[in-house]
Amino acid sequence: MGLILSDDQLILRDMARSFCEEKSPVERMRTLRDNQDETGFTRALWKEMAELGWVGIPFPEDLGGSDMGYGELGVVLAECGRVLAPEPFLSTVLLGGNAILLGGQESLQKELLPGVCSGDRLLALAFQEHGRFSPYHVETRAVATGSEFRVSGEKLFVLDGHVADQIVTVVRSSGEAGDREGLTLLVIDSGAPGVTVQRTTMMDGRNAARVSFNETPVDAGRLLGEVGHGADVLDPVFDRATVALCAEMFGSFEEAFERTLEYLKTREQFGVKIGSFQALRHRIAHMFGELEFARSVLLDAQTSIDEGRDDVAECASAVKARCSDVASLIGAEAVQMHGGIGMTDEEETGLFFKRLKAAEFTLGDAVYHRNRYAGLRGY
Amino acid sequence: MGSIEDFRSEAHDWIEANLPSELRVGNRKDLPKELLGAWIQAMASRGWVAPEWPTEYGGGGLDRSHAAALRAELKAFRAPVVGGFGTQMLGPTLLELGTDAQKEEFLPGICKHETKWCQGYSEPGAGSDLASLQTRAVLEGDEYVITGQKIWTTGADRADWIFCLVRTDPEAPKHEGISFILFPMDQPGVEVSPLRLIDGSEDFSQVFFNGARAKASHVIGPVNGGWTVAKRLLQHERTTDGGSEGGITGAQKETYADVVKREVGFDNGVLADPVLRQRLASQEQEAAALSLTMRRAREEARAGQTARDIGSLGKYRWANMVKGEQDLAMLALGAHGLGWEGPGFEDTQLERTRAWLSTRSDSIWGGTNEVQLNVIAKRVLHIPE
Ligand SMILES: Cc1cc2nc3c(=O)[nH]c(=O)nc-3n(C[C@H](O)[C@H](O)[C@H](O)COP(=O)(O)OP(=O)(O)OC[C@H]3O[C@@H](n4cnc5c(N)ncnc54)[C@H](O)[C@@H]3O)c2cc1C
Repeated sequence: MGLILSDDQLILRDMARSFCEEKSPVERMRTLRDNQDETGFTRALWKEMAELGWVGIPFPEDLGGSDMGYGELGVVLAECGRVLAPEPFLSTVLLGGNAILLGGQESLQKELLPGVCSGDRLLALAFQEHGRFSPYHVETRAVATGSEFRVSGEKLFVLDGHVADQIVTVVRSSGEAGDREGLTLLVIDSGAPGVTVQRTTMMDGRNAARVSFNETPVDAGRLLGEVGHGADVLDPVFDRATVALCAEMFGSFEEAFERTLEYLKTREQFGVKIGSFQALRHRIAHMFGELEFARSVLLDAQTSIDEGRDDVAECASAVKARCSDVASLIGAEAVQMHGGIGMTDEEETGLFFKRLKAAEFTLGDAVYHRNRYAGLRGY
Repeated sequence: MGSIEDFRSEAHDWIEANLPSELRVGNRKDLPKELLGAWIQAMASRGWVAPEWPTEYGGGGLDRSHAAALRAELKAFRAPVVGGFGTQMLGPTLLELGTDAQKEEFLPGICKHETKWCQGYSEPGAGSDLASLQTRAVLEGDEYVITGQKIWTTGADRADWIFCLVRTDPEAPKHEGISFILFPMDQPGVEVSPLRLIDGSEDFSQVFFNGARAKASHVIGPVNGGWTVAKRLLQHERTTDGGSEGGITGAQKETYADVVKREVGFDNGVLADPVLRQRLASQEQEAAALSLTMRRAREEARAGQTARDIGSLGKYRWANMVKGEQDLAMLALGAHGLGWEGPGFEDTQLERTRAWLSTRSDSIWGGTNEVQLNVIAKRVLHIPE
């Protein structure tokens, strides 16, 4: 099973939908953006989501989590995607949180994860150093001296890095940029010596940071996984985060699709509804197909994680390749089919369009993931 | 019915015992006739030509999941698929809309694979706009006399019977004067003239009716109510199991992906052409997504969740998928994919050429891609025209 929502998941979806509609209409995201809100999301709302158990979904109960699956998380994230809620699931739960969950010693998990689940602690994962996603292309260096590391280098696109309490950082302890071997994961306090965080605002209104490290001392006890084998932790973290990001993207493009469909049924030109034009009917029918296929592949990818299947990596790349393409298609068609109004900042279509483009490039675009999928399939 | 596991292992043993190794090669056109005939007989004796139909008509009486287990076993053995217009289209429609007498008369012949059927829908002037069909049927006593022409009738030269759309009331609005009728092909008023396709095969024909006769009792559904029957049958025609490289092409020994890998070659374990590598990944992902979507639709139906009708969507995506697979194989073959016949090319290369040509029709038969998109816009998305 797993290709349809269970009764419990349907209840969760309805709850999340009314919660998001009531507390987080798209207008809220716009206000945060226009006010250049210093957090970039709403801490009080994040706390509420934590109290509902949503923030702790992928974490075990003894760490303060609610110990549910990616099926449940996907349901919540899709609803967040429908209203473009910018709350830090990706940075704090899926990237930073998962890295600690999958790679951290018990003591480190106990120290950091309960605060994540309660909505108090914010995390980030600093990995990217280039424009296109290329996870092993790491030049930030860590030199081991006695019981600590010294970290130097610069990271880009650190999602929510401007508010993170800890930044899980991917560093190179041996080898060369591009090597899978030689990576190491360290948990670095954002206030540590030599850390500079520069907030950057992106097209979708969200925040990422440039983070630089200058001889930053990190205690050896802050290590995740093994020195030089950080990729063993990083790969499954990215797979999970990628699948969850696709759930959010799905919510956003489903909403953009539905709004566009509605527009075709209401907007009139030449004395008729524009939905009567076959040039538009065929394109939206095709978009519907893309949406339905993405739904199936997403549900299967979530199930692959929840059932502990051995094809999670393949599923993650299959779903991100597809969702990236579908995001690009539906985003662009939504603007085009709205005509001039679709180009205005006032109408909300553009907000979906921009979020979908940013998400398309986050954690690897379609070309990246098709290549990876091919590699996993032996060609 | 026993457990699925028990049934599956029983089916496995039975196939192992009854399916000769010469036939374990998929749907090839050149299978040894006698062996194939014996295999079909064996399948029919168990009702497995139509595994889900009631046993009283010669079906297997299996439920959905047992039938799925049987299909999976047959597929694993690469058994030739037994079936056609009778099992895929007419039978399911008769089961739903035929009278008891009609079911008793026609279903056993399909289950034994004795009667071959063809589909008389399209006419020269009525393709996508099927309801404008002109073939006339006039009642004389207890028989209809039929005059007119059908075209693109697959298998008409081999068929024993035809299920045919005819106009029984020329005065009525076009959808309301059509009847769905069955009659034998071997009679004086029927003339079949095969047409050659771009792939060189002579798979379909023009069929001329000049005073052909059909029993009035062989009208399925009400007289002048044939359009509803016709549409129901089309839904069965458009149902796909999402199989890759299916359709009217026989499945080759090698898959399109094998061809791409062999022809393009590898560089350090990676397919040597980065663009073809991307396309192969897309095709494989599309095949997986199609079968997941079909499975999801079945699960939704079983759970009683509102399932949108995705028959047209499945046909549209499937057609594009199989065409894309052959396109990719052709790209990889280059000039080796251009052979038509004779020496200088390997059989597998010649088969590819023909497969590429023949799959062009998958976005045409059973409703063109454009027609499927029309159906989705109107019936699934409910956009007023
Ligand atoms: C291999 C093969 C086997 C077949 N077997 C059978 C068979 O056994 N029995 C049978 O009855 N028929 C059979 N057909 C016929 C098939 O159903 C028709 O070819 C098909 O329905 C299209 O009709 P047409 O050929 O008249 O094309 P047309 O309807 O003339 O279409 C020409 C073009 O116009 C487009 N078009 C038409 N109407 C619209 C519209 N409203 N909106 C947008 N575009 C439109 C079509 O998509 C197509 O691209 C077979 C066809 C093929 C290729």
